[in-house]
Amino acid sequence: MPSILTIRQLTKTYANGFVALKNIDLDIRKGEIVALLGPNGAGKTTLISAVCGIVTPSSGTITAGGFDTARAYRPARAMIGLVPQELATDAFESVWSTVSFSRGLFGRAPNPAHLEHVLRALSLWDKRKDRIMTLSGGMKRRVMIAKALAHEPSILFLDEPTAGVDVELRRDMWNLVRSLRESGVTIILTTHYIEEAEEMADRVGVIHKGELIVVDDKVALMKKLGRKRLALHLQEPLAAIPAALADWPLALKADGCELHYEFDINAEHTGVPTLLRQLSDLGIPFRDLNTSQSSLEEIFVNLVSDREKGSHL
Amino acid sequence: MSFNGHGVWSIYRFEMARALRTLVQSLVTPVLTTSLYFVVFGSAIGGRMGEVEGVNYGAFIVPGLIMLSLFTESLFNASFGIYFPKFTGTIYELLSAPVSAFETVLGYVGAAVTKSVVLGLLILATASLFVPLHIQHPLVMIAFLLLTATTFSLFGFIIGVCANSFEQIQVIPMLVVTPLTFLGGAFYSIDMLPGVWKTIALFNPVVYLISGFRWSFYGTADVAVGISLTAISGCFLVCLAIIWWIFATGYRLKK
Repeated sequence: MPSILTIRQLTKTYANGFVALKNIDLDIRKGEIVALLGPNGAGKTTLISAVCGIVTPSSGTITAGGFDTARAYRPARAMIGLVPQELATDAFESVWSTVSFSRGLFGRAPNPAHLEHVLRALSLWDKRKDRIMTLSGGMKRRVMIAKALAHEPSILFLDEPTAGVDVELRRDMWNLVRSLRESGVTIILTTHYIEEAEEMADRVGVIHKGELIVVDDKVALMKKLGRKRLALHLQEPLAAIPAALADWPLALKADGCELHYEFDINAEHTGVPTLLRQLSDLGIPFRDLNTSQSSLEEIFVNLVSDREKGSHL
Repeated sequence: MSFNGHGVWSIYRFEMARALRTLVQSLVTPVLTTSLYFVVFGSAIGGRMGEVEGVNYGAFIVPGLIMLSLFTESLFNASFGIYFPKFTGTIYELLSAPVSAFETVLGYVGAAVTKSVVLGLLILATASLFVPLHIQHPLVMIAFLLLTATTFSLFGFIIGVCANSFEQIQVIPMLVVTPLTFLGGAFYSIDMLPGVWKTIALFNPVVYLISGFRWSFYGTADVAVGISLTAISGCFLVCLAIIWWIFATGYRLKK
């Protein structure tokens, strides 16, 4: 799959000396959805701002569709749509005039049919004559998405698109993102909601303190870094883990009624059959068992805390 | 795409729409204020003043009053136009759009100039209702009108980019430009000033603008019209240079 956005050795140091981005290398493939995860202040927004021309990088290169965003900014920016995190709208403008403005600003000739399509897709068509100041917060966010889509971008940045929106709107957004991807738009979104990345993304990148510490296929990442947990529902609660099982990474939960065993799914021997056999030998019966895979959230927390401890992947 | 005409037009139209939304503030207020000047200075006090440089006092102050409105409105319109997106955060869109510095300035300053020139002509029309007006050099008058509106709109754009609050937008028009205009011969000929003050007045750039503009009306001036045109052209170029520097460095627009 060809790369539509290429970032090489991107560094941003602010005037006060704060290093917001450190040597970021990232390739975004055409038509994929990439989720950038990271705690507040990690550098996600700075990364997006540098690509979109809002922040001037200190060093490094960015190309969109083969165009350098600094030297050939016109064709590069014309490809990109941005929905920033902050709700910033022209309060006194109508929905229709603000999306028309956005389309013109990006150098596209008027196309009422396209704008109508965008507004209908975002359930804004009935509100097109309303002033933006009269709309609810969720509607304003839809307006910002409509503005970003007005010039038919092939790359769309969504900076925390679902922060502070209700469940219904979040579902709508997810559907919209999927339908945009189906129409060929490449989407890069940042989010705090890991389930969002898990639900939406093809690939996931984790940014921490200005560094892109991992970027990988979501499924592969979950497989590579994910751990599985076996939960055994015991017939009789245990007061403590038997001494014979002291070498196993076990934990007693639910007042001794559940025995949890964590294992690496990629290991040659997971140890599950051996453990079950030992339990049987020790005369510890169980009623039920289930396994669960660690979520992206747990992976993310592990990655960040590993970094904090100074270890590397 | 070597020139983003749609982008310029969008900015221009957006700015003009803002003026139409605030028609009372944009046009009615300045016209009313200037009319009050004509009533007070032109008719009430002017009746006792006689003539200045061979011109009826009420007519004498017309060019100065138009200039005063042109200065303040150009500054305010252009500074507000670019400061407001900074204030609300909508500047992100402008910064991420494929529009060049020149196109951005053309859109914002072009709209501010249009508004100021329309206002200047409206005040001129209003003035003609109060005092007898005769314009000797209409083309020069239009040239001064356009050049002054453009220069002060560029200056306003600079203020808007540099400002961090609405108060800062007000400071230069209120504390610098208005005093310089009042002291710059809007209501009198600087020949009427005593000795040393006349020399000091020549350091006030506004003197050259009002003098040249008045020459286009009545053929009389405090300083030669050529010097006036040179002065306003010089100011125009200085503003252009500062704006070029702002965009080249991203000063106060980008982080």
